[in-house]
Amino acid sequence: MAKAKKQNPVLVPESKKLDPANMTEPVNILVVGVGGQGVIMVSKVLAQICQNLGYQVKQSEVHGMAKRGGVVFSHVRFGQQVWSPTIPVGKADVLIALEWAEGLRWMNYLRPDSGVFIADTKRIVPPFACRSRALGAEIGYSKDTPDDVKAKVCEAFAIDATEMAAKAGNERAANTLLLGALSTTLTFPTSEWKEVIARMVPPKTVDVNLSVFDQGQKWIDGSRRGEPVEGGAFVPLVQPEVNPERTMLEITAEWCKGCDICVKMCPERCLVLNKDQVAELAEPEKCTGCHICEWLCPDFAISLNPVSQEAAE
Amino acid sequence: MATKAEQASPSAIKTGVTHQMTGNEAFARGAWEAGVKVAAAYPGTPSTEIMENLAHYPVGDVHAQWSTNEKVALDVAIGGSFAGVRSVCMMKHVGLNVASDALMSHSYIGVNGGLVLIVCDDPGIHSSQNEQDSRLFGQFAQVPVFEPSDAQEALDFTRAAFEISELFDTPVIVRSTTRISHTRSPVLVSERETPEGRGFLADVTKNVMVPGHARRRHPMVIERLDRLADYLETSDLTRMEPGSSKLGIITASMSYVYVKENLPEASVLKLGLSFPLPKKTIQDFCARHDRVIVVEELEPVIENALKVWGLKVEGKEYFPRIGELSPEQVRIGFEQAGILKAEADSGLPQFEPLIRPPLLCSGCPHAMSYNAIRSLDVRVAGDIGCYTLAVGDPLTAIDTTVAMGSSIANAMGMYLAGTETKPIVATIGDSTFIHSGIPPLINAVYNQADITVILLDNHITAMTGGQENPATGKTLRGEQTHAVNFEDMIRACGVDWIERVDSYDAATMIHTMREAVAHRGVSVLIADRPCVIDPVRIKGPAMQVDKDDCNACQGCMNLGCPALVWSDEWFEGRHVVKIDPSACIGCSVCAQFCPTGAIQPMINPDQAGAKAKTCAGTSKGAK
Repeated sequence: MAKAKKQNPVLVPESKKLDPANMTEPVNILVVGVGGQGVIMVSKVLAQICQNLGYQVKQSEVHGMAKRGGVVFSHVRFGQQVWSPTIPVGKADVLIALEWAEGLRWMNYLRPDSGVFIADTKRIVPPFACRSRALGAEIGYSKDTPDDVKAKVCEAFAIDATEMAAKAGNERAANTLLLGALSTTLTFPTSEWKEVIARMVPPKTVDVNLSVFDQGQKWIDGSRRGEPVEGGAFVPLVQPEVNPERTMLEITAEWCKGCDICVKMCPERCLVLNKDQVAELAEPEKCTGCHICEWLCPDFAISLNPVSQEAAE
Repeated sequence: MATKAEQASPSAIKTGVTHQMTGNEAFARGAWEAGVKVAAAYPGTPSTEIMENLAHYPVGDVHAQWSTNEKVALDVAIGGSFAGVRSVCMMKHVGLNVASDALMSHSYIGVNGGLVLIVCDDPGIHSSQNEQDSRLFGQFAQVPVFEPSDAQEALDFTRAAFEISELFDTPVIVRSTTRISHTRSPVLVSERETPEGRGFLADVTKNVMVPGHARRRHPMVIERLDRLADYLETSDLTRMEPGSSKLGIITASMSYVYVKENLPEASVLKLGLSFPLPKKTIQDFCARHDRVIVVEELEPVIENALKVWGLKVEGKEYFPRIGELSPEQVRIGFEQAGILKAEADSGLPQFEPLIRPPLLCSGCPHAMSYNAIRSLDVRVAGDIGCYTLAVGDPLTAIDTTVAMGSSIANAMGMYLAGTETKPIVATIGDSTFIHSGIPPLINAVYNQADITVILLDNHITAMTGGQENPATGKTLRGEQTHAVNFEDMIRACGVDWIERVDSYDAATMIHTMREAVAHRGVSVLIADRPCVIDPVRIKGPAMQVDKDDCNACQGCMNLGCPALVWSDEWFEGRHVVKIDPSACIGCSVCAQFCPTGAIQPMINPDQAGAKAKTCAGTSKGAK
C-alpha cells in the first residue's frame, strides 16, 4: 500500500473532508458487500450519526436475497435536503466495500473526479465461480488488483480489514474497521462515531470494535501520508497446474447389460444409454474421474485409467 | 432509528419528534395510530415487515395474525370491518391477485369499520415472479389507491386511508413499492387514536351480495368515486408545487422524489392518489403549462386516464414501462424530452461484475432434496420459495414455476397431456402447501393423476425471513397453537402413499424418491429438516476436506453449498475442494456424496487441521 504515496502525497486537509453543513447537494455514501457481512450495520451507524447531528438522512437497501449470500448494497444520503433515497450513478462520494469483487461491481457509482474507494481485500468466492469442470479451469473471480483500481479512480484504498479484525480478536468487526476508514473522509467528530458504534454493536464486542475503528482511521491516515502500513496484502489468485495427469473412462460394451445405474448416479450427467442400450460416455469433457460409475457397475464394465501425455494431446 | 429498547415497544417511542423508520415500519405505525384492531397478512417480500412490526405493538391494541393466504387475510379484515372496527391487511403485489376475489365484491359492500389493504409492488423484480402494477386493481375493483412517496407519507397516508375508507364507505388500497418499504427516512410520529367500535351493522342489502343487492350497490360504487374525486380537488393529498409555466410535471409515489432530485425547481402536481383523480385540478394544471409530462413507475396508469380526458400529456415515450425507476433513469427521460442537457455517463470507472446469484444457505436441506430429485431424471413442476433457487446451476432441478401453489396442478396437467415420457414430480414448501397447495392435491387425487408430490417441510416460511405458519405450532406473536399434521391431512385428501424422510439422509432420500415415483397414483414424500437459519441459526462443528484424499471429482460441488470452494491445490488438472469452517454447519451431506471419504468432521473446530476419521479413509481412487 506504500504505492498510495505516489498518487496521494498529501494528507487530505480538514477543509477537503465532506461537510454536509457546507454543501448544497447531499453527501452520498454507498456501502456494498455480500449477505451476512454487516453492510446494513455500517449504514445504520452512519445514518444514526447523521441524524444525531441534525441532517436529513435517507437510507435505502433491498432485502429479500440478503440472507442468501447474494449481493447487498445500502445507499446512505444525508444533508440539508435529500430527495431520492438512492444515489445516482456517478455521484457517490465514498464507496465502502466489505468484499473485493463487490467493490468493483459498484465502481460506476463513484464520482469520477473526487470519489474515494475503500475496500476490504477479502474475497467471498461464490460456488458459481467454481463451476467449470474443464482441466486447469481458473476460479471465476475478478482478477482486478488494487493497482488496476487506482489507475481508474480518484483515490483508492485496499485494506485487508477482515484479517486485521481477526488479529484484533473478531473478524466480524471488519465492517467497523472500514467505518474507521470512512470516518477520515467526513468532518464528523471521532467521539460521535465511537458513541454510536458502542451503542449499536453487541455489548461483548464493544472493545474490539472501538479498537479496530482506530486501526481503520490510522490505516488511512498513514497510507495517505505514505507511511508503510500493515494490512494491505493482496493475495493473487491461484495459477493453474501445468501438464496435469489425467484419467479416462473406458466402457467394455460387451459386458454392459444396460442397467442404467451409472447413467442415473453420475454426478456430472456425462453418461447415456445409446441406441443399443449400452452405457456410453456422451460428454467426455464433463467427466471428472470420480470413479462412482466404476465402483457401482455390477458387471465391472467400466474402468478409469491414466492417460499418457501423448495420448492426451 | 429506533434503539433496541424502543423496538421492544414501538408504541412507547416519543411522539411529536422524528424517528428514522423504514416505509414498512411507518405503515405499521400508521395503522396502529389509526386505531386498527384487526390485522391479518401472509408474508411476502417486500411487505413482510409491516406485519412483523405491527406485532410489536401491544396485544391489547391490535390483534395481529399470519393468515394462511392473502384471501384469507383480506376476509379476516373484512370480518373485522363488518363488526365495526378498523381493520388492515397487508400483502405483496401478487398476493392481491389471490385476495382479489374478496376485494371485487367487498368493493360493492363497502365498510363499517375502515378497511385498508397495504399492497407492496416490486418494480425491478427484486424478489418476485412478476412486476405487475397493482394500481390497476384500483380501477378494476373501483377502490381508491393511495401512493405514498416516503416513510412519512407511508404513515400519514395510512391514517388518511382509514378516514377516506369510512367517509366514502369503501375499502382502500395503499400502494407501496420495494423502494418505499425498505428505505429509512425521518418520520414524525403521533399518539394512537381510539375510534369507538361501531358494532355490527345489520343490513343484508349492504352486506349480502346476492344479484338483487349487488345491482343496487353498483351505482353507489360509481357515485362514491365521483364524490371522492371532488374531495381530492381541495384536499391537501393533492399538492401543487408552483414553478415555471413552460413545463408542468404530474407525478406520485417514488417517482416524485426522482423528479425533485433532477428538477428541484420544476412546477409539480403531486398526486396523493393515482385513482380516482381530481379532474378539474389536473385540467387547470395542464391549461397553465405549455407542456405537461407524467412521470410514473411501471404502467401509464395516470397518463392514460389523462389522455382519455383528451389532455395533451407526455410520459411513457421518455420513461420506461419496465423495471424500477432510478434518479438517473428519470434524468435520462428528461434528457430525451429535451428538458435536461445530456450528461455524459462515459468516463465512469467500470469493471467486469462478478456473477453472484443468490444461493441456498450452507446446510440447506433443500439442496440435498433437489440433488436427489436431479438423480431421478424426472420432469419437475416447482413452486414459490427459497427452493426456487434450485432452478439455477448447479442443482438445475426445476422445470416450471408459475405462482404460489401452482406446482401440483401444473404437474397434473402435464400428466394429462400424455406427452411427457419422464415421471412427473411437483415440489412445494410447507408454507406454500398450506397457502394454496391443498386444493390442487385433492384435485389430483380426485382426478386420478399419476404424480409424485415432494413436500419440502423446513418447518418455517423461510423465503420471507422465517415467519411462523400453521404447521409450526406457533402464532405470529409466538403463542403455542395447534400444528397441522401433514400426514393426517394428506391421508384425509385420499393419498395412500406417504413417507417422511430426513433430508440429510442422502441414500434413504434417493431410494425413497425412486419408490415414490414408481408408485401408481398420487404419492407424497415429505422431505423433513428444519431451515438452518430460522427460527434458530443452526451451527454444528464444521466438516473439513483432507486434501490428500480429495480426488477433485467435484461431486460435492454439485450441491451448490456456499461453504464449499476450490482450494489452491490441484489434482489431475482440477481444484481440490476446501470447506470454509465459518460457513459450514456440519450437515454432512457433502461427505455422503464424497467417493473417497475425504470429507470428515473436525473433532475440534478450533483446532485447524484436526482430523477425525469415522470410517477408514480411502485413497484417491484406484490409480
